[in-house]
Amino acid sequence: MKHTISVLVKNEPGILSCVCDLFSSRGFNIESLTVASTIDNVFSRITIVTTGDDVVIEQICKQLNRLINTIKVVELPKSADKCIDRELILCKVTAKDDARSEILRISEIFGAKIIDVSPDIYTLEYSGDNRQVMALIALLKPLGIKEIVRSGMVAITRENQFINLHK
Amino acid sequence: MTTEQIAKAEKMNGARMFLECLKQEGVDTIFGYPGGVILHIYDELYSCDYIKHYLVRHEQAAVHAAEGYARVTGKPGVVLVTSGPGACNTVTGIANAYYDSYPLVVFTGQVDSKLIGNDAFQEADIVGITRTCCKHNYLVKNIGDLPRVIKESFHIAKTGKPGPVVVSLPKDVLTAKMDFEYPDKISLPGYNPTYEGHPIQCRRALKLLCEAQRPVIISGGGVIHSEASAEITELARKLNIPIATTLMGIGTYPQDDELSLGMLGMHGNYWANLAVSNCDVLFAVGTRFNDRITGYLKSFCKNAKVIHVDIDPCSISKNVHVDIPVVGDAKNVINLMLKEYSTEKYSYNEAMRRVWIQEILAWKEKRALRAIENGKMSPQTVIEHIYQKTKDKDAIIATEVGQHQMWTAQLYKFTKPRQLITSGGLGTMGFGFPAAMGAQIAAPDRLVFNIAGDGSIQMNIQELMTCVDYKIPVKIAVINNGYLGMVRQWQEKLFDKHYSQTHITSPDYVKLAEAYGILGIRITEESQIDEALDKAINYDGPVIMDFVVEPFEMVYPWVLAGKPLNEVILSNNAPEFRMGD
Repeated sequence: MKHTISVLVKNEPGILSCVCDLFSSRGFNIESLTVASTIDNVFSRITIVTTGDDVVIEQICKQLNRLINTIKVVELPKSADKCIDRELILCKVTAKDDARSEILRISEIFGAKIIDVSPDIYTLEYSGDNRQVMALIALLKPLGIKEIVRSGMVAITRENQFINLHK
Repeated sequence: MTTEQIAKAEKMNGARMFLECLKQEGVDTIFGYPGGVILHIYDELYSCDYIKHYLVRHEQAAVHAAEGYARVTGKPGVVLVTSGPGACNTVTGIANAYYDSYPLVVFTGQVDSKLIGNDAFQEADIVGITRTCCKHNYLVKNIGDLPRVIKESFHIAKTGKPGPVVVSLPKDVLTAKMDFEYPDKISLPGYNPTYEGHPIQCRRALKLLCEAQRPVIISGGGVIHSEASAEITELARKLNIPIATTLMGIGTYPQDDELSLGMLGMHGNYWANLAVSNCDVLFAVGTRFNDRITGYLKSFCKNAKVIHVDIDPCSISKNVHVDIPVVGDAKNVINLMLKEYSTEKYSYNEAMRRVWIQEILAWKEKRALRAIENGKMSPQTVIEHIYQKTKDKDAIIATEVGQHQMWTAQLYKFTKPRQLITSGGLGTMGFGFPAAMGAQIAAPDRLVFNIAGDGSIQMNIQELMTCVDYKIPVKIAVINNGYLGMVRQWQEKLFDKHYSQTHITSPDYVKLAEAYGILGIRITEESQIDEALDKAINYDGPVIMDFVVEPFEMVYPWVLAGKPLNEVILSNNAPEFRMGD
C-alpha cells in the first residue's frame, strides 16, 4: 500500500542523507522522494512516497520524527478530497509522420505542453496526479518514448490544513 | 576581571574556545589521543588546569572508558581524538553507547575545511560514517557555530533517550579567532522529548495493573537513565507485583528481594521467563523489547495486555504489540501512578496476588541455579566467590561479552543501579576493561572489578598501561577457559561440535602483569580463589587474576535464538525442552 509522508526539516547539510540513511538502515522502501526549501529557506519540505503496512508506516513516521533536524512529520490523507498530489514529467517522444498529429491530440486531451520540437522528437511537459501521469505514459509508450524524467510526487493538503512550523 | 569576563573580552581561537565550552558544560575529565589536526586543542590543554585528560592506548578504549564514566556518573562522557584513523577507531565505541543509550560527546579532528572531500591525509567522513550509529552529529564549518554546536551536543546527548553525539572539528575552525560567548539558550525546534506521561494513560495503566490477576513488571535500562529505580521498587512493592529486569535494567530492583525475578531472556532465570510467558498484564518500563528478551516474538506475552512506558516513541509497538502506550520519562510516569494510587481509588485482590507469587516461588524453588560441585574449578564458582567477597563493598562490576557476562548477570545479586556495567545492545567484546577504567576514574574510592573472558580481555588489553600511568586500580578477573566460550557453546549445540576458530590461546597473564609492573595471580584450584581475591582487593593498584577454569561449562538456562521464552534448556543432561513446568 502506498503512503505519502510530508516531512518538514531544518535546511542543514546532511539532512537528506539522514533521511535516506534512515530508510536504508531500517529496511524501509522509498518509491519517490522530492525535496526543496519552503518559503522560509531555513526549512525544507520533503515528500516521500513509500510502501508498507500500518505498523511499518507508523514506525517510519516515528523514526523520522526522532531525527533531531525534523520539525514535523505528517502522513498525508489518501482521499483526493483531503489531499492533492502532483507529479511533473518531461518526456521525449518519437514524432514522425502520423505520430506527430497523434501526439498533439493526446497532449491536447491531457492538457500537456509541447516545450521542444525537432524534426524527429517532441518533448512534452505534463503535471498531474499519479493516475493521470500513468495514463499519459501508457498512451505515449506505443508511439516511442525516447526518454522520460519524472519529478516524483509532491502533495499538499486541501483548505485549512497546513504543515508549517507553527500550528 | 574574572576569567569569564576575560574570556569574553578577548578574541579567542577555536581550540581555546573548545576548552572554554567544555568548562561551561562542567566537564573536568576527557579521554583521548592526540594527532595531527587536533594538535591545536592539545596545545591549549597543555596549560589547561581545569580538565584532566586521560591518554589511552587506542581510541576505541577512550570511547568505552568515557561510557564507563557516563554509566557511573550519569553525566556525558567526553572523548577527544584526531581525524581519519583516530575518528574511525571510535566507531565501535560510539555504536556501543548508542545501542545502550548512554550519553557521550565525541570530538574528532578533521582536516582543514578547504581540503574536505579531497582525500587529504588522515581524512575520513566521520559524520557520514557515524550517521546511523549516533544520536546526532555535526561538522562545524565556522568558528561562529562552535559554541552553539557544543551546547547543543551536550543537551542532545543527555536529554530524552540519551546517546552519543559526534562533533567533527576541522583544523581551520580551531585556528580561527572570534569573540567568545557561550549561548545560554538552545533552539532545537525539531527536538522536544516528552517527559511527562499522559495522565489518562497513566491512570489506565494503573487500573489495568490493579485488575490484573497475574501481573509482571519488566524493568529495563531506561529506568537507570531516568533514575527511577526507587519509584519502580515502590510501585512493585505497593502493588505486590513480581519484577524482572532486562540485562540493561539489572540493579533497578534489589535481586535479593522476594518479588525479584532477576533477569529474563535468552539466559534469564527460568522462573522469570515463565512468569512473563504466563502473565496476564505486562508492565514494561524503559526497554525496547530486544529479541534477546522476547524470544520468538509471536508467542511473547501472547495472552497478556501490555503496558509500555518509554521516553522514545519509536520503541513502542516496534517489536511487541502494546495495549497501553505511555510516552514519557519513567520516573515521572511512575510517580504519577504512585500519586494516583495514593488516592485510594484503586485496589487489587491480595489473595489472588499471593497465589500468583506462590506459583512463581514454586518454579523458582524447583529450578534454582545451584553451584556445581564436581571438584573442578568452574567459572560459576569463581563468579560466586567474587560476589561473596565484594557484595558488602559497594563494588562496580564491569563485564565483557560472552559466557562470563551471562554468569555474572545470573549469579551476582546486584542491588543497586549503575553497579553492573555491561555491553547489552551491541555486545562489544573488549568493552568491559576500558569501561571499568572509566568507572574507576569516575568513582576513585570504589572497588571496581572487570570480569572478563580470555577472548574479550585480549581485545583491549593494551589499556593496562593506561591503568599503570594513572594508578587506576581495576581488578581484572579473567575467566580463562581457552575458548570463545559463548560461540563454542552455540557450536556445541547447533553446529555438531565443530569448534571452528573458537579455541583461543592466551599469553601468560602473570608474566604479562609483571611486564606492566602490576600484580598478576594465577588460580587453578577452587581452594585458591578466596586468597587470591583478598590479595587483589587489598592490593593498591591494578591486578590481573587468571582463573584457569573448566573449559566446557555451558550457560544455562538457555532459550535458543528464535524459540519461545518458555522453551528452556536447563542443563546438559536435562530433557531437550521444558514446556511450562
